[in-house]
Amino acid sequence: MRIPCTFMAPTVMTRIVTLLLSCLLAWLPVAASAQEDNGQALLEALDVRAFSEKAAAIEDVIESQDPRANAWLEALLDGKLQRLKDDGSFVIVTDNVGRQWPVEDALSGESLGEVSRRDLDRITINNALRGQLRSALSMIDLFAESREARQAAAQKLIGKVDAELSETLERRLESEEDDQVRRRLEQAMAVYRLEQGDVQAVERLTGSLNSDIRVALTRASQSDDAAVADAAQRALVSIEQQLKLNRGLETLYFGLSLGSVLVLAAIGLAITFGVMGVINMAHGELIMLGAYTTWAMQQLLPGQPGLAVILSIPAGFLVAALAGIAIERSVIQFLKGRPLETLLATFGVSLILQQLVRTVISPLNRTVVTPEWMSGSLVINDALSLTLNRLYVLGFALVVFAGLMLVMRRTRLGLEVRAVTQNRAMARAMGIRATRVDILTFALGSGVAGLAGVALAQLTNVGPNLGQSYIIDSFMVVVFGGVGNLWGTLVAGMSLGIINQVLEPWAGAVLAKILVLVFIILFIQKRPRGLFPQKGRAAEG
Amino acid sequence: MNILKELANRDRVFDFLAPADSPVDVRHGPILYMENVTVSFDGFKAIDNLNLTIDDGELRCIIGPNGAGKTTMMDIITGKTRPDAGQVWFGTRHDLLTMKEPEIAHLGIGRKFQKPTVFEALTVFENLELAMSVDKRVIPTLTARLNGEMRDRIDEVLVMTGLVAQRHQLAGILSHGQKQWLEIGMLIMQRPRLLLVDEPVAGMTEQEMERTAELLTGLAGKQSVVVVEHDMGFVRSIARKVTVLHQGSVLAEGSMDQVQSDPRVIEVYLGESEEAA
Amino acid sequence: MHWLGRPFQERSTQRFLGILIVALAVVTVLNLALPAGHPLHVSTYTVTLLGKYLSYALLAVAVDLVWGYLGILSLGHGAFFALGGYAMGMYLMRQIGDRGVYGHPVLPDFMVFLNWDSLPWYWQGFDMAWFAFAMVLLAPGVLALVFGFLAFRSRVTGVYLSIITQALTFALMLAFFRNEMGFGGNNGLTDFKELLGFNLRSDVTRVGLFIASGVALALGYIVCRAIVGSKLGRVCIASRDAEARTRFLGYRVERVQLFVFVVSAMLAGVAGALYVPQVGIINPSEFSPLFSIEIVVWVALGGRATLYGAVIGAILVNYAKTVFTGVMPEAWLFALGGLFVLVTVLLPKGIAGLLAWRFKRSESSGPGHGDLTAGEATT
Repeated sequence: MRIPCTFMAPTVMTRIVTLLLSCLLAWLPVAASAQEDNGQALLEALDVRAFSEKAAAIEDVIESQDPRANAWLEALLDGKLQRLKDDGSFVIVTDNVGRQWPVEDALSGESLGEVSRRDLDRITINNALRGQLRSALSMIDLFAESREARQAAAQKLIGKVDAELSETLERRLESEEDDQVRRRLEQAMAVYRLEQGDVQAVERLTGSLNSDIRVALTRASQSDDAAVADAAQRALVSIEQQLKLNRGLETLYFGLSLGSVLVLAAIGLAITFGVMGVINMAHGELIMLGAYTTWAMQQLLPGQPGLAVILSIPAGFLVAALAGIAIERSVIQFLKGRPLETLLATFGVSLILQQLVRTVISPLNRTVVTPEWMSGSLVINDALSLTLNRLYVLGFALVVFAGLMLVMRRTRLGLEVRAVTQNRAMARAMGIRATRVDILTFALGSGVAGLAGVALAQLTNVGPNLGQSYIIDSFMVVVFGGVGNLWGTLVAGMSLGIINQVLEPWAGAVLAKILVLVFIILFIQKRPRGLFPQKGRAAEG
Repeated sequence: MNILKELANRDRVFDFLAPADSPVDVRHGPILYMENVTVSFDGFKAIDNLNLTIDDGELRCIIGPNGAGKTTMMDIITGKTRPDAGQVWFGTRHDLLTMKEPEIAHLGIGRKFQKPTVFEALTVFENLELAMSVDKRVIPTLTARLNGEMRDRIDEVLVMTGLVAQRHQLAGILSHGQKQWLEIGMLIMQRPRLLLVDEPVAGMTEQEMERTAELLTGLAGKQSVVVVEHDMGFVRSIARKVTVLHQGSVLAEGSMDQVQSDPRVIEVYLGESEEAA
Repeated sequence: MHWLGRPFQERSTQRFLGILIVALAVVTVLNLALPAGHPLHVSTYTVTLLGKYLSYALLAVAVDLVWGYLGILSLGHGAFFALGGYAMGMYLMRQIGDRGVYGHPVLPDFMVFLNWDSLPWYWQGFDMAWFAFAMVLLAPGVLALVFGFLAFRSRVTGVYLSIITQALTFALMLAFFRNEMGFGGNNGLTDFKELLGFNLRSDVTRVGLFIASGVALALGYIVCRAIVGSKLGRVCIASRDAEARTRFLGYRVERVQLFVFVVSAMLAGVAGALYVPQVGIINPSEFSPLFSIEIVVWVALGGRATLYGAVIGAILVNYAKTVFTGVMPEAWLFALGGLFVLVTVLLPKGIAGLLAWRFKRSESSGPGHGDLTAGEATT
């Protein structure tokens, strides 16, 4: 709420006073009616013949600081500010489709029901006024209470400032105290001054990534004034460099994001493949189960997508781990030491799981709702913003990785797993129950696949083919990184993600993927044991 | 393509044209000559300034405690491990350090590993057939036929190894001792000039040991044989000349009696061994 | 060429060829000689279906050659099959001439649709049958040669090899999906009209293709048997079971592997070339990893390292697939998946293993045949 009679004062003190006053005024019917009268007068002034008078009236409305001014001017711009023919009262048409239009009182905001369009008179405007209104509207937002609104308004003004507006802006600058808003206002002013041929203005614009500023600078670089053109050109070059840097950072971010997905998908495999020498082709389907767990959780907890996602982290792990144990007990334990047969059998399991989901749930994709705290993006600057869900998945991947490292390095299970990996017979002789270790390892690897599924559900649709599309990539990551080496998997996943994203802009998504595959195929010829080869039993693939 | 290149390489003498004996020049001395050989793994000297000479047709036993470098020495001779320093010559013509594993095998150095590895899905006869020293390139192998001479040779080895009755049995169902003999038989099929035999009697019964001793002493003369063995009784039964390795170098060399009376040997090896026995 | 003649002396090969020839003859006669209404008449649709099974059987034999005898589990043989198929498909496309929808004298419809103005260089020559048929062998052969040369030289074996063969076919699938590749993208090549001047829709051509598939299978089988029965075949088995040992005997294992791998890829290419005119289409789905791994299960079901087992497995599984997808399509993947698990866990030697067991019991006094009972010859 703002008060019509006081011009916005720059100090905090006045703000508080203003606030208090506005509260008071709201409770005082007398004051309210006084405001109404004033509003009526302002609107009356708008309904005149001459457009020049209308322009002045619009200025008056803006200067009035009336809280309803924004709504009036917007309605005027859209041709929705009209007068009832019978009593001449001002109304705003809320929906001008059909014959009967719902209207509300322009002064009180009360709904007046539907009125036939014939009973209304429109307050007309011309193109010049439209322009004036648009900049006026953005001006009004400059006075808005919220910082974001003022920032957005200031940003919109860049490149649209004219002589008249510049004076208002100068005044606004004096009173504005937020740095971000000030910066944008100054940029807007600088663009105006640049257009006027002021070389100094270029300095203010150097380094900005705003696209309107770049347009202005480009125009200025073609100016007749050699000094201006030269300065603008130099500014453009530096901006271009910054943009390149930002684009590089963005590619890196997307690469890391893709990499984190690859790492999540592959790390469970790195455990089952690397530690146990088991080729689990159903790994992708375990990921899929994790993703479906997230979906199911959200069905169970309608309206609380965030809680559901958090709960599905342990649930997804559990579901996939149990499925993993079932696979290990029913199939893999009978195929010890026959990796190729294991590969075939688990592939069969993957087909069954896929078809099971298709039959029981649906062959169609399911969408998992992204909780509010995970949507949106983190804005770094005008050219770079990081999507939050990817950021979360990246963090999640690192946490899962660190967790696994801890399990392998610091727990009894990790110790036993490493012992069994290095020398099964010896580990047995020392009293380690190798079968139990196998089950637990497989459950761990599968559970991590489930976690990958929970994370993936935030990035893609959940469908029966979800796992299939990741299995080859996962194997590539594990083989590239060096079987049985978790660090290798991390490095391989991240670097493959980045390579893919770097290639994509000039090769296209599909070709980039093909190139990465060919690269790995060739790489394996050079280093058959991957980036970080492991020594020991599992290495004898 | 390598195969084509090989076929086009006309100045090469093909194996089937070459004389059956490998072209190793032993006129001027020993068949195997190792001088000042040193190998270290991560700072540990597995072989330390080793000097060893094997004469043509000799049967040599090499003994030494665990970690004396016996297996590493074999690895160097067969090209599996490259020494850090020293020289290894086969005859006077072939510098083994410049050659790869298959080339060395081709030259006539055969090696029997500790653990018997025969092709279990093939018969005894087929195992010997594969080991025969003939042209082993792809197309000649595809079109290969056994002639009478080859069959005779296989029969001869079957007799030597005592596996005549088992000739059409799958190698997978042979006893442990029979597998060892088959493997030695496969080595003989390659007509090696030098046979390296790693612990041939480990896990054998008394009778099997006797048969093995007969087999090996029968080979000496025609081939040079180097036997690495732990079993003292077995070594004594076949040895003419014994070399004792200790910490990667030769500690003593001579007849079994000479070696046994050497005080240094008694200290590091035989003493313990006789106590244990 | 005595090594090529050797298979004819084997009882198992004689039996196999006998059954195959009789089957070909019976189906042909029942199709051509009997009127359509006759209860024993075999419809042309069925003949084509059987022809498709036979080309799959040849593909399975090719896979068994490398998996069964060489121990190389190729999860990318579909790629060789598809390349052979594409070579044939390109020939058939060029045969359409100006009878396509757009009536362009040279360019296939999809190129006209994509506004290409001339034929890409790699489409040149495919209007000539001999060139196309040579490509059926060369395209998969060269790919196998290059891939195998790199892989075997650096001793990539076992699971690693399986995974990268899968990556190979996956990469090719993605590549062939792209319209820019010039192979019809997603839709592949289709709408074929004639082959060597024979109308592909006529019954006689279809029977001819069926017989050609049978003959190709017989020839492929004989070639494989000849390799397997030779000393080279024994080297294959030796390197399968103890690669280092074989190398130590002086065999260049990587070259043996390369030779057999290339032969197998070419056989797969021939199978693909016979498959395409019978089903009337070739598209990138033949490159899918699922298809390649499915071939392996045909072989596993039939029995590894027997060759005839691969034929039995291919025909049985594909017959089951035809039945299932007709009656209850959603159950097919359950059945296939279950088959993978059951065969590997319960029936590691496949159907051929069962048969051999039966034979051993019923004719244990008879002389051995093939490599199954070689051990009994003198004992």
